[in-house]
Amino acid sequence: MTTRHDTAAPPSKGGAAPGRGPGAPASPGEARKRARLSRRWQRDLRWSPYAFVSPFFLLFAAFGLFPLIYTGWASLHTVELTAPTDMEWTGLDNFTRIFDDEFFWNAAQNTLTIGIISTVPQLLMAMGLAHILNYKLRGSTFYRVVMLAPYATSIAAASLVFVLLFGRDYGMINWTLDLVGLDKIDWQSDKWPSQIAVSSIVIWRWTGYNALIYLAAMQAIPQDLYESAALDGASRWRQFIHVTLPQLRPTILFTVVVSTIGASQLFGEPLLFDANKGASGGSQHQFQTLGLYLYEQGWVNQHLGRASAIAWTMFLILIVIGIVNYVISRRLRASS
Amino acid sequence: MTTTLTKPPAEPVPEPPRRGRRGPKSARAGGQMHAGPVAYIILALFTIGSLFPLVWTAIAASRDNQRLAQTPPPFWFGGNLLDKIEIAWTDANMGEAILNTTIVAGISAVTVVFLSTIAGFAFAKLKFRGRNALMLIVVGTMMIPPQLSIIPLYMMVAKLDWTDQLQAVIFPSLVSAFGVFFMRQYLLQALPDEIIEAARVDGASSWRVVWHVVFPAARPAMAVLGMLIFVQVWNDFLWPFLVLTQNGNPTVQVAVAGLGRGFTPDQALIMGGALLGTLPLLLVFAIFGKQIVGGIMQGAVKG
Repeated sequence: MTTRHDTAAPPSKGGAAPGRGPGAPASPGEARKRARLSRRWQRDLRWSPYAFVSPFFLLFAAFGLFPLIYTGWASLHTVELTAPTDMEWTGLDNFTRIFDDEFFWNAAQNTLTIGIISTVPQLLMAMGLAHILNYKLRGSTFYRVVMLAPYATSIAAASLVFVLLFGRDYGMINWTLDLVGLDKIDWQSDKWPSQIAVSSIVIWRWTGYNALIYLAAMQAIPQDLYESAALDGASRWRQFIHVTLPQLRPTILFTVVVSTIGASQLFGEPLLFDANKGASGGSQHQFQTLGLYLYEQGWVNQHLGRASAIAWTMFLILIVIGIVNYVISRRLRASS
Repeated sequence: MTTTLTKPPAEPVPEPPRRGRRGPKSARAGGQMHAGPVAYIILALFTIGSLFPLVWTAIAASRDNQRLAQTPPPFWFGGNLLDKIEIAWTDANMGEAILNTTIVAGISAVTVVFLSTIAGFAFAKLKFRGRNALMLIVVGTMMIPPQLSIIPLYMMVAKLDWTDQLQAVIFPSLVSAFGVFFMRQYLLQALPDEIIEAARVDGASSWRVVWHVVFPAARPAMAVLGMLIFVQVWNDFLWPFLVLTQNGNPTVQVAVAGLGRGFTPDQALIMGGALLGTLPLLLVFAIFGKQIVGGIMQGAVKG
């Protein structure tokens, strides 16, 4: 076994290996060797944790933190897409330019409304679905995997199918509406229908995933909480309200934060929902999100500086939302 | 005693509890009630809702433009499926795209799993100064959307002349705060301190502990994390869309998105491409679905 710990054996195990110093007397050489091994051992204990975490932090610094900060720097410059290394200082011009642009506010509004239309029903349905999946079911694994199939489908594939399903003239959805005697809806050109259609892609892809997260949290709730609630005469519904929901609060907060971040970044779905209009998000910008607006400014109009300003504005908005979220959840916890 | 502990590959750490730390199956709450018919009806509706768009992708891919421009829309397969898939494979570069995406997602998954495991181990089981502060940074990083970094990344790629090359997509995808967090949470409960200490007493260096104790113990979580990262990178859209083009090393998403352009696009062909780009992942889910579901749920409880 000794061969196994040759690299960093603790001094107590120091074997009788020949000393390295030529002709050195046995006992001082041995002592020195022990000291060296012990030092190496200490060094290993002390520094290896840093060695283990450093690859992540180096990569994060290079591809996460640096770009984030540099975006802020670039937002204060004029940068053309065609010559991204030529930067000219402009101060806050990019920001004032954006805030004067009605399409920025339009995009901000669309991001908010699409975010609400997609997140709220999605999380509510996920909660209901999780509740059902938490019953004793035959084939429960099957349902869980099936609910996850949309998550495995890419944004591109899902968006392109939904474009066909939402087609004005030959789409399945309008055909169904027609069948039950309702008017056909122009899902692409009208503002609210188009936003609902884009949101439905998001809802379809993420409901099952969130349901699984809620389900996992529900299964972790201790059984005796329900038992004592039942002893107190609480109905199923009251148990759900007074036991399940409070216990799920951290999970709900987690999904709300993740969904909010996702909604603020919405890009692929609206881009592909009208592939020929591309970055403008519909002929009247009716479903242009901030993500699309950023892309339009940076890659269609070729103003990377302005796009950076949009990115930083989004970042600040997210921070504000995060703080508000934190305060609200603090309040809720305090009040209960 | 010591001999058994210094050769863990032969005798790995006992299988960690699958249900999380809350205890055995009997502790499952609320799940004892048997589902009634209403529950099954709702589940059936959700099942149809989840699968219908996927099935219909295949149905549409098996038709042609003419049939798709008629009402009622087709509900069953036509005869063009293989033709459309073949055209998508050759003309739209789907074959190359699938290969590229497999390379990118594979390299990313393996690297992320490896780096996340050693970092997660350090955060879960080793003591060092600044550990809590660094972990806080990791968690905070999870909240930063990647979209905020794309402009400087784009400049970097332009400067390095990496446009249309796979490394432009690979490198940014190697950063996964989620992975570090996920592995830390898993190792906290799946790796008993005594085993590490026993290995230490035997004189194992930190690296040896990682190799012979941590990796065997973490294997199930590593597999799940690998699959989650693979799926995520496979489906990533914005960044590949910016730095790769349809004719220069596209990933699946870039190639599929490219199918939709033009004024009279071949809808059936688009659906064929979309189907082709989705099938590999659906296959993975069909085989490993149970493990992926378990992994997502496991990551969630502690999240």
